[in-house]
Amino acid sequence: MIRRLSPPLIGFAVLVYIFLMGPLIIVIGASLSDTTFLTFPPQGLSLRWFDRIFEMAAFRRTMVTSFQVAMLATCFALLVGIPAAYALNRYRIQLPGWLSTLFVLPVLVPEIVLGFSLLRSVQVGAGLPVFSALLIGHTLLVLPYCVRVISASLSSFDFSIEEAAISLGAPPWQAFFVVVLPNIRSGVIAAFILAFITSINDVSVALFLTGPGISTLPIQILAHVEQFFDPVVASVSVLLMVLTVAVMAIVERTLGLTFLTR
Amino acid sequence: MAPALSLSHVSAHYGATRILDDLSLRVDGGELVSLLGASGCGKTTTLRVIAGFLPATTGTITLGGTDLTRLPAHRRNIGIVFQNYALFPHLTVRDNVAFGLKQRGMAAATRAREAAEILKIVGLADFSDRFPAALSGGQRQRVALARALVVRPPLLMFDEPLSNLDAKLRIDMRVEIRQLQQSNGTTAVFVTHDQEEAFSISDRVAIMDSGRIHQFDTPETLYQRPADSFVARFVGFVNLVSLQVSQRNGAIVTTQGPGGYRLLLDQDRLGPIPDRFMLAARPDGLRISDADIDEGIPATVGIRTYLGRTYHYQVETASGPLTATGSLSDPLGAGRHVRLIPDLDQCCILPDKEST
Repeated sequence: MIRRLSPPLIGFAVLVYIFLMGPLIIVIGASLSDTTFLTFPPQGLSLRWFDRIFEMAAFRRTMVTSFQVAMLATCFALLVGIPAAYALNRYRIQLPGWLSTLFVLPVLVPEIVLGFSLLRSVQVGAGLPVFSALLIGHTLLVLPYCVRVISASLSSFDFSIEEAAISLGAPPWQAFFVVVLPNIRSGVIAAFILAFITSINDVSVALFLTGPGISTLPIQILAHVEQFFDPVVASVSVLLMVLTVAVMAIVERTLGLTFLTR
Repeated sequence: MAPALSLSHVSAHYGATRILDDLSLRVDGGELVSLLGASGCGKTTTLRVIAGFLPATTGTITLGGTDLTRLPAHRRNIGIVFQNYALFPHLTVRDNVAFGLKQRGMAAATRAREAAEILKIVGLADFSDRFPAALSGGQRQRVALARALVVRPPLLMFDEPLSNLDAKLRIDMRVEIRQLQQSNGTTAVFVTHDQEEAFSISDRVAIMDSGRIHQFDTPETLYQRPADSFVARFVGFVNLVSLQVSQRNGAIVTTQGPGGYRLLLDQDRLGPIPDRFMLAARPDGLRISDADIDEGIPATVGIRTYLGRTYHYQVETASGPLTATGSLSDPLGAGRHVRLIPDLDQCCILPDKEST
C-alpha cells in the first residue's frame, strides 16, 4: 500500500529543503563567478577563484593547520572520550549521577569564554606554543560531543555480552576491543564526524588561540573578508566542504572495512 | 570425572550492602544444582561470584583442586549461559560458537569443525552463517548453549536461561539442557526463580533468601520435608499452625493450639515432635469437616473456590486465616462453623518460629 502524501506536506518539505540547501547553492554559485566581487547568481563561469586559493600562501597554510588540528583534536577527544563513555555506562550504578553531567558541562560554557580562558591559562599562563594551545582548546571543545554520542550507543549496549566474552577466556581489554568496540562502531563514527566538523568550523575558540604565524582557515577567511570582497572566500568554503566530506567518507570506509575484514 | 565446586563461607558486597552472607555450598562432580529463590535473594550474585564478575569479600571458591577465589574471570574456564543469551551481535552463529575456541588458540580449521559439530548437536547446523538478530528466541538459546559447551568447561552455569522463552519451549529446552549436561557429565549450577523448573531438572536444589541458603537438598526432600517455615511456604505449605504439646502417650501426642483447641498427632507418621512446634500443611493436607466432633481446628468458612476436583476454602481460625480442602459432594456456605482435620501424611513438623 502506498500512502498518498498531501500536497501541503510536500510543499512544506520542499520549503525545508530550500531553506537547508539555499546557502550551499549560493556559496557554490558565487564561487564559480567570473567577477571580482561576490555575487549571486554567478556572472560568467570560471574556476579562477579556486586557482587563486593556491596562489595565496595564507589560505594554503591555514587549511593544512585546520585539518591537522581537527584530525588530532578529534583523535585525542576519542582517546579520552571512548574510555570515559565506557566507564560512565559500564559502572552507571556505582558512579554518582553528576559525573556524566560533568562531561557535558563544557558545552554549556560559551565557546568564546572557553577561548578566552584558554588564552589566559594555557597560552599566556603556561606559555605553550600556539599550535599546542589550539590543539588543547579544540580537544576540549569536541570532547563533550564524543562522550555524549558514544554514551548514547553504549546506553543500549548489553554489558553481559562483554562478560560472555570474558567467560569464554578473553582478557577484559581484549573483550573490549573484540566485542564492545565493534558494537558501538556507529557511535564512534558519528562522534568522529561531529567532532571533526565542530573543530574545523570553529571560530570562537580559535580566535583567541591563533597567533603569529599560525592560524586556522575560518580565522583566515574572517581576516580576508574584512579587507576584500572577492569570490575567493566562497571557493575556499566550497573546498572546505569537499575536503570535509572526503574525510567523512574515508572514516566511514576505513572504520567500516576494518570491521568487516576483522 | 567432572570436578566438584565448593564455596565456603563466601560473602559478597555491592558497595556497603551485603548481598551474600557467609554462604557455603558444595556441588559434586557431574551434579546439576539449582539456586532457587525470589529476585533479590542473591542467587544471581552467587553465580557472578563463582564466575569472577564480582569479587568474594570473604571465603574461598574451589573447583576440583583449583582455588578460583583470586583467579580473574577470563581464566576460570566456566561456561555461562546468560539470561538474555548475550550473543555477539556482530558475529555469525559460527563465529559466536567458535569464539571460545579462538581464545584458546585453536587453529581455524579445527575451530570450524568443532563449531559445526556442536551446532549439529543443538540442531542449528543450517544456521551457521546467520547473525543472532535473524534467529528466534529458542534458536538463540541453543547458540548460547553451544557456545558455552564447545569449550568443554569443567563447570557450566545457567542464569535464568529459560525465562525469556514461551511455556512450551521452556519445557523442551530444560529437558534438552538436562540431557546435554548428563551426557557430558558436566558439573552445573542453574539459577532460577521457577520452582517447577528447578525441581524438574536438578539433582539438588538450594533454596535462597536474603543472601543465605535456607535448605540444600534433593527436590523430593524439599517438597516433603522443608526444614524451616520459609522453605515450607516456598514449596506450598501455606498453612502454618503454632502448637504446643500438652500430653504424650507413646507415639500419640496431644497438642493444643491458640484458643485451647486440641489436635491429636502421631509421631510414627510425622516424626519426632518437640514441645513447641509448627504444623505445616498444604491446602490438600487440611480436610474440612462439618461433623460435630471435638477434635481438629475450629474454623469459620469464608470464601469457597472451585478447583475441578475439590473445593478450596479460605477459613478463619484462632491460628489466623488458613486454606483447607473440602469434597465436591458437600459444598459449604460462608459463615459455617467447621473443624479442620490434618491429613498427617501430607503435613510436616517445623521448629517454632521463636525457637529458631
